Amino acid sequence: MRRASGTENQKKREGRLAGKTVVENSFFGIHPLLASPKKFSKENLIRWIITATGWITVIILTLIMLLLFTEGLPIFSTTNPFSFIFTTDWYPVSDPPVFGILSFIVGSLMVTLTALVIAVPIGVAASAFLAEIATPTLREIIKPIIELLAGLPSIVLGFIGFLLLAPVVQNAFHLSTGLNGLTAGIMLAFICLPTIVSISEDSLSAVPKEYKEAAYALGATKWQTIRRVLIPAARSGIMASVMLGVGRAIGETMVVLMVAGGRLALPNFITDPLSAMTGRIAIEINNAVFGGLQYQALFAMGIVLFLMTLAVNIIADLVLEKQRRRYA
Amino acid sequence: MKRRTRNATQSLAFFLLTICCLLIVVPVIAIIVYVATQGGGTISWQFLSEFPKNQAREGGIFPALLGSFYLMIGVVLFALPIGLLAAIYLHEYAKQNPLTRLINLSIVNLAGVPSIVFGLFGLSFFVLLLKMGSSLLAASLTLSCLVLPVVVTASREALAAVPNSYREGSLALGATKWQTIRKVVLPQAWPGILTGLVLAVSRAAGETAPLLVIGAAFSPILPNSPLSQFNAIPYHLYVVATQIPKMPKQIQWGIILVLLTMVVLFNLTAIILRIQLRARKRRWGL
Repeated sequence: MRRASGTENQKKREGRLAGKTVVENSFFGIHPLLASPKKFSKENLIRWIITATGWITVIILTLIMLLLFTEGLPIFSTTNPFSFIFTTDWYPVSDPPVFGILSFIVGSLMVTLTALVIAVPIGVAASAFLAEIATPTLREIIKPIIELLAGLPSIVLGFIGFLLLAPVVQNAFHLSTGLNGLTAGIMLAFICLPTIVSISEDSLSAVPKEYKEAAYALGATKWQTIRRVLIPAARSGIMASVMLGVGRAIGETMVVLMVAGGRLALPNFITDPLSAMTGRIAIEINNAVFGGLQYQALFAMGIVLFLMTLAVNIIADLVLEKQRRRYA
Repeated sequence: MKRRTRNATQSLAFFLLTICCLLIVVPVIAIIVYVATQGGGTISWQFLSEFPKNQAREGGIFPALLGSFYLMIGVVLFALPIGLLAAIYLHEYAKQNPLTRLINLSIVNLAGVPSIVFGLFGLSFFVLLLKMGSSLLAASLTLSCLVLPVVVTASREALAAVPNSYREGSLALGATKWQTIRKVVLPQAWPGILTGLVLAVSRAAGETAPLLVIGAAFSPILPNSPLSQFNAIPYHLYVVATQIPKMPKQIQWGIILVLLTMVVLFNLTAIILRIQLRARKRRWGL
C-alpha cells in the first residue's frame, strides 16, 4: 500500500521533470477521468466505480440520518421537544395524543446499566484469562464459543430469558412477574459480553511485551503484572470495549421486547416491568399510520436512540485511536 | 508481601478469572444442548417441508424457511459485491487522508446503529419512499445495509493480509492495477472475504427487529417474486412465541433449533475457513 503510493509519487516527480503537469487524483479519486476524457479507459472506469462504491457506507449513514429526521422531526411541531423527552405520559392513540418518552429512556438506561454491572467485571476478567493465562489450545477452543455467543440471534436469547430465566428471577426475588428489567438486564449482559471480551483482549494483547518483562524483572507475580501493569496500560481499550458494549445493549430490541415486561409507566426499581425505546418502536410501528403523529413520534424516538449510539461509538472510536497511536 | 501470600493471592485470582470465563462459555454450551434436546424431537422432514396448519400450532415451517433462504440470497447478492468493492477501494485505492478517515468512521458507526433503527430506515426508504412495499426485496436491502460493515471490515482485513510482494510481482510483469487486484490479490484474499460473508449472512438470518418494522407476513403463502410478501424463521418464531395462545412448546423449541442450527453451521464454516486462511498465511511467512 505504502509502496504503491511511493511509486505514484515517483511518477509525479518524473512528470514534473519532463515539464508536464500531472493531475493528482486527489478529491474522491475521480479527477483524472473528469479532467481528461481521452484517458477514458477500462482501468479508469473501474477506478471510478470502486471509488464511488467506497463511499457507500457514508451514503447509507447519511440516508439513515436524513430519513430519521424527515420522518421524526415533524412531531416537534405539535409536541414540545422538552416535554417529549422529559415527561412520562405516553398515550399515542388518545385524542389528542400525548408523547413523552422519559419512561422508555429511563427503561433503556436501567437495563443497560444492569447489563454493564454484570458484563464488565466478568468480561474484563475473561479477557485477562484469555490474553494471559489460557494456553493457546484452550484459547482456540474458548474464542470460537464466545464468537458463537456474538452470533446467536438475539431472539434466541430473548426466548431463553422468556421461558427459562424469568421464572428463576421471579422465584428468587419473590416478584409478581419474572418479566422485568432485571431479567432483561441479565440477558443483555450476554449480548454485550462478546464485544467487551474480544476488544479488551485485543487491547491487553497490544500492550508492548517490554511492560510485562519489566514487571517480571522487578519480581512481580503474573497476577500482580496483570492487575498493576497490563490492565492499567490497556485501560483505554477496555473503556472503548465497555462503550461499544453500551451501544450493543442500548440498541438491542428482541431481548427487551420479550423479557422486560412492557409496562409503560416510569420504572422505580430494576425489578419493575418496564419498556425500553427499542421495544416500544418495534411493538407500535405496525399499528401506526404512516406519516401520522404516532409514526412521527416513534421515528423521533429512533433519532434519540440513533444519537445515543452514535455518541457512544464515536467516543469508543476516539479512545481506540488514542490507544493505537500510543502503542504503534 | 510474603511470597506465600503472594502466590496464594495469585492462585485465588486465577481461579476467579477462570470462573468468569466459564460463566460465559458454559451458558452458551448449555443453551445449545438444551435447545437440541428440547427441539430435537420436533425436527423431521415434515416439519421442514410442510405448510403450517391451525395458526402454526401444527404442521411445518416451510414458508418461513424458504423466506429466510431468499433473504440470505438477497444479502449475498447485494452486500457481497458492494462490500467487497468498498473494501477494495479502502485498501487498494484510498489514500491516508481525512476523507478516508471519514469513511472508516462511517463504517464503525454503521456497525453500531441499532437494528431497529435499520428497520425504521428500511420502512421509510425502501418500503415507503421507493414503494417496494413490505417485500422480500425491501427486507433484503435493509438487511444488506445492516451487515455491510461486517463484509467491508472482513474483506479489508483479508486484502491487507496479502503480502505486497504479490502486488509488486504482478505490477512488475506489466499488469494494470485492476488486473493485479482481480487476478492476484483477490484469489489470495478469498477465504478471508468468504469468512466475513458467512458471518454476515448468519447475522442477517437471525435478525428479527428489522423484519418486525418492515412488516414480514405471518402467512402460509410462498413468496413468488422479489416484491411479494414473505415470512422468515426469526419472525415466525417471534409471532409463535408471543402472539399465538396455546402454542405447543415443542414447536417453539423446534423452530429455535432450526435457527440455532443455521447459525452454528455458518459459524463452523467461518472457523474452517479461518483455519484454511491461517495455513495460507503460514505459506506467506507471516
